[in-house]
Amino acid sequence: MSHLPGTGKTVGILALQGGVAEHATLLESLGAQVRLVKKPEQIEGLDALVLPGGESTVLDRLTRLFGLRQPLMDAINGGLPTLGTCAGLIMLADRVEDPVAGQQTLGCLGVTVRRNAFGPQVNSAETTLDWGNQGNQVGVRAAFIRAPLMVQASAGVDVLARYRGEIVGVQQGKIIGISFHPELTGDTTVHRHLLSLT
Amino acid sequence: MTENQTTETTGSPLLKTGLADMLKGGVIMDVVTPEQAKIAEDAGAVAVMALERVPADIRAQGGVARMSDPDMIEGIIDAVSIPVMAKARIGHFVEAQILQHLGVDYIDESEVLSPADYVNHIDKQGFTVPFVCGATNLGEALRRITEGAAMIRSKGEAGTGDVSEATKHIRTIKTQIAELQALHTTAPDLLYVKAKELAAPYQLVQEVARTGKLPVVLFTAGGVATPADAAMMMQLGADGVFVGSGIFKSGNPEARAKAIVKATAFYDEPAVVAEASRGLGEAMVGINVSDLPAPHRLAERGW
Repeated sequence: MSHLPGTGKTVGILALQGGVAEHATLLESLGAQVRLVKKPEQIEGLDALVLPGGESTVLDRLTRLFGLRQPLMDAINGGLPTLGTCAGLIMLADRVEDPVAGQQTLGCLGVTVRRNAFGPQVNSAETTLDWGNQGNQVGVRAAFIRAPLMVQASAGVDVLARYRGEIVGVQQGKIIGISFHPELTGDTTVHRHLLSLT
Repeated sequence: MTENQTTETTGSPLLKTGLADMLKGGVIMDVVTPEQAKIAEDAGAVAVMALERVPADIRAQGGVARMSDPDMIEGIIDAVSIPVMAKARIGHFVEAQILQHLGVDYIDESEVLSPADYVNHIDKQGFTVPFVCGATNLGEALRRITEGAAMIRSKGEAGTGDVSEATKHIRTIKTQIAELQALHTTAPDLLYVKAKELAAPYQLVQEVARTGKLPVVLFTAGGVATPADAAMMMQLGADGVFVGSGIFKSGNPEARAKAIVKATAFYDEPAVVAEASRGLGEAMVGINVSDLPAPHRLAERGW
């Protein structure tokens, strides 16, 4: 099984709330060992990290309540390859356009996000997006579920995907942020991209 | 960078179950005003259930309980950024059409309200908005999934503060799943008659036997009143909890809401649950389910 891109890699998934199991299944299918992260010491020794979808307000509250905020910031800013999906993207962002009172983010990724940017659940959609830098793109099957989008990206942030003209996928150094859920459709493109950064 | 519009879909089963996946590990709280909805959101609820009266009041006041006023539901949708659920009566597909039109994120076809149809549940396949339905056992859960439910909650006995029925229902569902799973390896030919006994489609029964779980998220509801109750439901295998009357019928709703969120996330750490249980003031008064005459047991509504 040594041809699998995750072989020998340990990937952590923040497991306080949200769509954890789907990322775990997908990463294991790529040969990676998965570690659920609920405590600061579980961040040690990871090759990569996933911040899953869920409710961003809840993830923010629980990471602070359990002393994970600073250790996560230190690890991500220290170069740990990290993928944030949906609420995980909001966690990573520098700025939230419409935060709930007191909502904080880790502020590792130079983007401004708008939460729940497409309206209620009836507007949630499944679609195929182009993923990657211009001239080197592949299709990704994406599920947008009450998804956020990025209204602004700073210099140094590469835009890797758009949906209805809006930014929904970016990379800055070893940090990838996406508005959508490839883990629900089973598309491995973005997770392979994360593993390629380790 | 253009997306392929031709393959775009809304209201697919994946999107319906996908939203429930994002609620896992979380607490969904009953609220009756925008102010309560804000308190729930600030305390860390993953979603709120908008309704006119919490189950404890429906129980106390009696009468026919129906879908809430659209103004009240819209007031709550406008007050919070987390998903908003609302209840329709069992079988009342027009209430469901109204709720979908209002833009609620999930509809609860709920036994807490008075049933509108004692034969049929709502045909949920035809809706874009996802549905959650109650179940007391695996057969009931699979029938609701066949009708299009994208999330199941074990029923418990709403509005009592007595967790015993919630325990019974989640244990029943989990045990029945384990029995199917055992048959899958030892005697798969017996799954046909199991499907008959469960009164559920064979294909679904076979899938549950193979995977060892429901094909949708399973929350628990009905009588959860303390952090310890919530943690117990999680240890029994729930993906998350609904707390109805337990929060806003207690002495200190804000503190209790936060404590239940904490205990649900760290359900397997007694030290955290112990800490969350301190100094919460009075829990809701509660009614023992065994003291309720059978006609007043809500869990027996739906089939």
